[in-house]
Amino acid sequence: MPLVKVDGVEIEVPQGATVLQACELAGKEIPRFCYHERLSIAGNCRMCLVEVKPGPPKPQASCALPAADKQEIFTNSPMVKNAREGIMEFLLINHPLDCPICDQGGECDLQDQSVAYGRGHSRYDENKRAVTEKYMGPIVKTVMTRCIQCTRCIRFAEEVSGVEEIGAIFRGEDMQITSYLENAVKSELSGNVVDLCPVGALTSKPYAFEARPWELRKTLTIDVMDAVGTNIRLDSRGRQVLRCVPRINEDVNEEWATDKTRHAIDGLVRRRLDKPYVRVNGKLVPATWDEAFAAIKAVNAGSSVAAVAGDLVDCETMYAAKALLAKMGSSLLEGRQTGMDYDATSIAAVNFNTTIAGTERADAILLVGTNLRWEAPLVNTRVRKAIKKGAKVFAIGPETDLTYKVEWLGDDLALLGALPEAVTEAFGKAERPMVIVGGGALKGGHAAALKLVDTLGLVKDGWNGFNVVHMAASRMGGLMLGYAQKGGIADVMGAKLGFFLGADEVDYSKFAGFKVFVGHHGDKGAAAADVILPGVTYAEKSGTWVNLEGRVQRGERAVFAPGDARDDWSIFRALSDTLGHTLPFDSFEGLREEMYADVPALRHQALATFEWNPPSLTGAGEGVLAGYPIKDFYLTNAICRASPTMQRCSAELLHGEDYAEAAE
Amino acid sequence: MAEAPKIPDEAETRARWGSFAWTDENQVKANEILGRYPKGREQSASIPLLDLAQRQVGAETQTQGWLPVPVIEFVARQISVPYMRVYEVVTFYTMFNLAPVGRFHVQVCGTTPCMLRGSDDVLAACKNRGLVKGGTTPDGMFTLTEVECLGTCANAPMVQINDDNFEDLDYDKTTEILEALANGGHPTPGPQFGRRASCPEGGPTSLKAMVDANHDYRGEWA
Ligand code: SF4
Ligand code: FES
Ligand code: FES
Repeated sequence: MPLVKVDGVEIEVPQGATVLQACELAGKEIPRFCYHERLSIAGNCRMCLVEVKPGPPKPQASCALPAADKQEIFTNSPMVKNAREGIMEFLLINHPLDCPICDQGGECDLQDQSVAYGRGHSRYDENKRAVTEKYMGPIVKTVMTRCIQCTRCIRFAEEVSGVEEIGAIFRGEDMQITSYLENAVKSELSGNVVDLCPVGALTSKPYAFEARPWELRKTLTIDVMDAVGTNIRLDSRGRQVLRCVPRINEDVNEEWATDKTRHAIDGLVRRRLDKPYVRVNGKLVPATWDEAFAAIKAVNAGSSVAAVAGDLVDCETMYAAKALLAKMGSSLLEGRQTGMDYDATSIAAVNFNTTIAGTERADAILLVGTNLRWEAPLVNTRVRKAIKKGAKVFAIGPETDLTYKVEWLGDDLALLGALPEAVTEAFGKAERPMVIVGGGALKGGHAAALKLVDTLGLVKDGWNGFNVVHMAASRMGGLMLGYAQKGGIADVMGAKLGFFLGADEVDYSKFAGFKVFVGHHGDKGAAAADVILPGVTYAEKSGTWVNLEGRVQRGERAVFAPGDARDDWSIFRALSDTLGHTLPFDSFEGLREEMYADVPALRHQALATFEWNPPSLTGAGEGVLAGYPIKDFYLTNAICRASPTMQRCSAELLHGEDYAEAAE
Repeated sequence: MAEAPKIPDEAETRARWGSFAWTDENQVKANEILGRYPKGREQSASIPLLDLAQRQVGAETQTQGWLPVPVIEFVARQISVPYMRVYEVVTFYTMFNLAPVGRFHVQVCGTTPCMLRGSDDVLAACKNRGLVKGGTTPDGMFTLTEVECLGTCANAPMVQINDDNFEDLDYDKTTEILEALANGGHPTPGPQFGRRASCPEGGPTSLKAMVDANHDYRGEWA
């Protein structure tokens, strides 16, 4: 461990640390543009110059210099101050003075650092260089004259997203950042370059000219677009969420978020259910809450009542419905809307046991019927990291582009019982083998995949390599709360009364009873309902979600719901009065206490531990996988289906419609 | 960019060049080039393969060749590298042409040494011969580009025409060379006033005793 001196203070730094990291450990701020701790080192902006002894008598780029024993580093000497001023002046030579009309204003590294480290003026009075805008797709807006060529966006595209469609063309003064032939960048992670870009060259297209950062209220919450549980911050003004950005959580999303997470938010204000509806003579007509409740009471369902949870709901909502059903004498709870009926008696057997962060450490990975790139994009990036460290990846399923090299074995689940030698050999040598089973394979392959635990030695001391990827934010919480019947959703379809909690993927033609839709968007569920009770979205409620690895996370309310919509739990509380089965809690806190009593693991915001005792299932893998469950990444739930940005992404990126001209 | 190449319409180039493939002869060369690099390092072959491709396009079009987008993509596929990476290489090096050029690609060096030694005259000669910077003459004969230092400063001013350098130019010599080329002649490349490489003009200026035989100067150092 090298011992270095930073501004006269001795400090020990880890082996392999750079001088910049050493300075940070010593609590010194080093300005930087190109350096980013999650990307490779480029060393091309020169903003991080420091003085280092021993060494040449000139400032050195600290981000690219390894810290060595007995080094003396100066971060505030006159030489460093001068160097920083010089670099700032150079960077600003070709940078336009358009901060007043730049969306990055107020959160711009260049702005901040030029205030902190630059001179008050420039000596340059020649013409500035100008660069034409480049088309990058529906998410990223470009103003390329502002680019300082830090190449963060290029490195992100290459290293993290794996979609190498951003690059730098020409050279020297003419160097320009662009997407390949100015086509839309076909990555579901493209929005991250907006956060990475230290200046206003890449900004968010849907958010263009919407707000300044200082007028936004920031709320910390959890994303529900997939089961990863990305930690997000919702920025809102008044009643509208204007922006969604990721928060750092090393265990979950690191620093990234998918384009769906970021940009489905414009669906929050469209197609909203803002008052109760009751179906009269086959038509849904607006009603009051009392009328809606009365209509439900009139069903007189007795104990023949079911609840089906949609993909986005929080645990509290599910618990409230569960509690009401319990009072009515039913436990017909189900969350797997599309008819999946895998065995859920042991949650560990359907959990992502390796954990998302643990995936990086795997050295052999077998993907079974999962298009990870769409089902859990931020798990996919971890697989990419594992590959970088030398992991080998095999996959069973129809071939698709996962952004990395995969050895495709075929699409027959029978392969699970007869893995080719290449696989058994790689897994035999592997210390941390991993199998990831997707929703597409759970039907015919769950039993066979569980058998691999023994044959491939997936579970050992300190390592559990058996994983299932879920796609719904509500799934793990639902399973913990008992939202699973033996026969899947078919078991609950016979009920006289059904509560559908934002469930938009159910085949309603199979449900003959009275359908009550409690949800927020006018989508498939609302269209089929007999009574609609307007609920709230994830942005409008505080709630608990459990991600695919069993991590219990809580989010806060960012904005208020439109019109007459109410918190889902309070809807059930009020309805329980009408039905004469009054629920025992009057407040959200009260509900939570009851819920914790029911499922103690939900109390702590941490990784829930599930004991590893897989059910003994019989059956070999059978069935040929014709495709993957997600057909359209951008339109997987009611919120994104209502979002113009997601519709455009789908049309342009997946269905090849041409927007390039219209956009500029 | 003042002189940014006008990249031809994508649909048209795709129609014309979409089916580009090596000729039998170039296939042999391509294999040889690929063989120079270890497995997994095929990317190193980008530049030689692009050059080969540009020459093949040149042969097919009776010009100096250029790199249409489908050809760039063809090369990228040959070495399993994302299109963008190869496209970056093509745009980086001025030796790769992003737009069609004529039979003779006249690259006039305009960097300081050449400029001081009269590259303005060279450019004037080109201009008076009908060549326009960044353009091709209507007969498809000449394309003129002004480039930065080509490393022949000792013999400035100079032009590079196709694979040859013509050095020690002035207005008349430039005109002569262009004339000769236009008429199917083969002007001699290299220095134009009879010296060898970059030997001093008008015979040796130092170490004169060495010209004919080896001479030991050591005794004369005082
Ligand atoms: S566009 Fe932004 S991130 Fe990309 S190189 Fe330019 S300044 Fe850096
Ligand atoms: S941060 Fe070190 S050179 Fe850019
Ligand atoms: S300056 Fe013209 S060749 Fe070097």
